[in-house]
Amino acid sequence: MPSNSSDTRPKASWGLKLAALGTLLFLHVPIAIIFLYTLTPDETTYTFPLPGFTLKWFAVAWGREDLWRSLKLSLQVASIATVAALILGTLAAAAVYRSKFFGREAISFLLVLPIALPGIVTGIALRTAIGGMSIPFSFWTIVIGHATFCVVVVYNNVLARFRRTSASMIEASMDLGANSFQTFRHVVLPNIATALLAGGMLAFALSFDEVIVTTFTAGQQTTLPIWIFSQLTRPRDRPVTNVVATFVVLITFIPIFLAQRLSTSSSDTEGGTK
Amino acid sequence: MTNNSSTTAVRFNKVSRYFGEVKAVDQVDLDIQDGEFFSMLGPSGSGKTTCLRMIAGFDRPTAGSIHLYGQDVSNLPPYERNVNTVFQDYALFPHMNVGENIAYGLMVKKVSKEERAKRVDEMLELVQLAGYAGRKPSQLSGGQRQRVALARALINHPKVLLLDEPLGALDLKLRQQMQVELKAIQKRVGITFIFVTHDQEEAITMSDRIAVFSQGGIEQVGSPLEIYEKPASAFVAGFVGTSNLISGEVARRLAGSENTFSLRPEKIHLGATLEASPKDVISVDGVVRDVIYLGLYTRYLVEIEGGIDLVVVEQNLKTTSMDVLSAKGRKVKLSWHRDHINPLGG
Repeated sequence: MPSNSSDTRPKASWGLKLAALGTLLFLHVPIAIIFLYTLTPDETTYTFPLPGFTLKWFAVAWGREDLWRSLKLSLQVASIATVAALILGTLAAAAVYRSKFFGREAISFLLVLPIALPGIVTGIALRTAIGGMSIPFSFWTIVIGHATFCVVVVYNNVLARFRRTSASMIEASMDLGANSFQTFRHVVLPNIATALLAGGMLAFALSFDEVIVTTFTAGQQTTLPIWIFSQLTRPRDRPVTNVVATFVVLITFIPIFLAQRLSTSSSDTEGGTK
Repeated sequence: MTNNSSTTAVRFNKVSRYFGEVKAVDQVDLDIQDGEFFSMLGPSGSGKTTCLRMIAGFDRPTAGSIHLYGQDVSNLPPYERNVNTVFQDYALFPHMNVGENIAYGLMVKKVSKEERAKRVDEMLELVQLAGYAGRKPSQLSGGQRQRVALARALINHPKVLLLDEPLGALDLKLRQQMQVELKAIQKRVGITFIFVTHDQEEAITMSDRIAVFSQGGIEQVGSPLEIYEKPASAFVAGFVGTSNLISGEVARRLAGSENTFSLRPEKIHLGATLEASPKDVISVDGVVRDVIYLGLYTRYLVEIEGGIDLVVVEQNLKTTSMDVLSAKGRKVKLSWHRDHINPLGG
C-alpha cells in the first residue's frame, strides 16, 4: 500500500541517494552480468563487449539430460521438505504458544538454532548421525537435512502470527459450540494462512538453493545447486551454467515477491483491527 | 425480583480452583436463579473471573462441582454447555464479516443458510445494527463491536449468558448507555445474565442480585439495596461506595456496643436539625478538618470526640463553594438516625 505520506517527509540528500543507488548496483550488477553472458558466443571467457550474440546456449541447456534430472530432484526435495516443515513447524509453534511446560524456552531456542548454526556444522553433524545409524544416503536423507532449517522458517512465521492473535478468539469459537477440529478449520487456519504461505515459500526457496548441507547428506544424487557447483570445474560449459542460473533467479523471484506482498498486506489488515 | 425463583440456573457446590499454591477460588457456594441479572463484583484477583470461566468451561474446578439447571457440568468442554460468553476484548473473528461472526454458532451446528440469515437479521435488529452484516470488525467502533459480540453470543439462545467486563473498554457516556441497553435486552430475551465487573456503580445499576468477591471467596450475596444499605462485612462496606467504620470505645459510646459498625457518609447530617424523635437520633460534636468541594456535593472530613475522622457528604442544595470552604476548622454537631447504624458481623 504506497501511501501519500512520503510527500510530507523531508527529501533525501544527494549523498544518501547515491549511496542507495550504489548499494542496489552492488547487489544486482553481478546478476545482470549472468544474464548478459547467457548470450555470448564465446564459451570460456568473459569479454566485454560481447564478441557476438547467440541464443544457442538455451538450446544446449534444454537438451541436457543431467540438468533436467537435477532440476526434478531439487523440486521434489524442496516440495517434500516444505510440506514436512509446514506440518512440524505449525505443530511446534502451536505447542510453544498454547501451553506452558518445563523447558519451553529451551525448546524454542533449540528449534531456532539450526538456522543460526553454520551449514557446515549441521552438515557434518547430520552426516555423522546418519552414517552412525547405518542409514544409506539417499533422497530422503537430503529431505531430512533440508527440513532441519525449513522447519525453523515456518515455526518463526507461525509463532509470530499466533502471538498477534487474541487467545480469547479460540475460546470464543469453542464457546459458540465448535469442537477443536472446527475451531482449527474455521478460526486458527484462516488466521495463520498467510503466515503459512509466506513461511512455506521461504522454506521452499531455502531448500531449492541449498548446497552445503546437501553435499553432506546426499548419496549419488545431484541437486540443481550441486550441479551448478560442479560446472565450475568445466569452463567450457560456463554459458550453460549462466542459462540455468538465470532460470533459477526467475523461478525464485516469484515466490519471494509473492511472500513479501502477502506479509505486508496481511500486516496492514491486522494493524487495522487494533 | 426474579421471574421464576424456583429454578436454579447455576449452582456452585463447594467450588475451589487452585493455581499451584494460589487459591483463586476457595470453597464457593452460590445459587443463581433463572432469569436473573446477576453480577459478580470484586477487585481484580478476587476470583470472579475464574468463577465465570469455570461456568463457561474454559477452566475446571480443582474441587467441588458446578451445576447448570441441575446437570453437573464440571468436566464438560465449553462446546457441550448451553452457555455463551461476551469477552472483555470481544474476541471477534477478524477474517469474517459481522454477519459471519454472528452466524458462527449456527454455522458450526450446520444450521441451514436460510435459517442462519433470518436469525442473523433478528439479532442485528436486537442490537440495533441492522444493515451492518457486510462490514468487517475492523471497520466498527468499540461500541459497535460490543454489540456484535453480544449478538454472536445470543444467537444460540443460551440458557445463561456470561459477560466478562464487557463495558470496560468503552468511554463513560457510551458505558452508561450500554448499561441501560444491556438491561433492556436482558428483559426482552429473558436469559440469565451473569455479569463480571469491578465497577460497583455498574453492578448496582444493572443487577437483580450481586455477589461481592474478595480473595477467592464471596463476602455477601444480595440485592443492590441490601449490599449498599446492609453491607455484611467491612470489605463490602468499603468496596461498595464509601463507609465510615467505627469500632471500640467510640462505637460503645455511639451505638452501645464495641462491635464494629458501618455508617454511610450521606446518612450523617451536619448540624442537629434531624426530623425524628430525639430518642432515635444520635449526635456527636466534632471539628471540620477538611472540605472537598465536588460540585454536586461536598465531602467533609470531621474529627469527632475520641480522635476518629468521619466522612460526611452533603448535597450542595443551597450552599455555594464559598460557603462550604469556609466551614474548614469550624466546630459542628453531627447527627444521624439510629436505624442507619449497620452492625458488621465479626
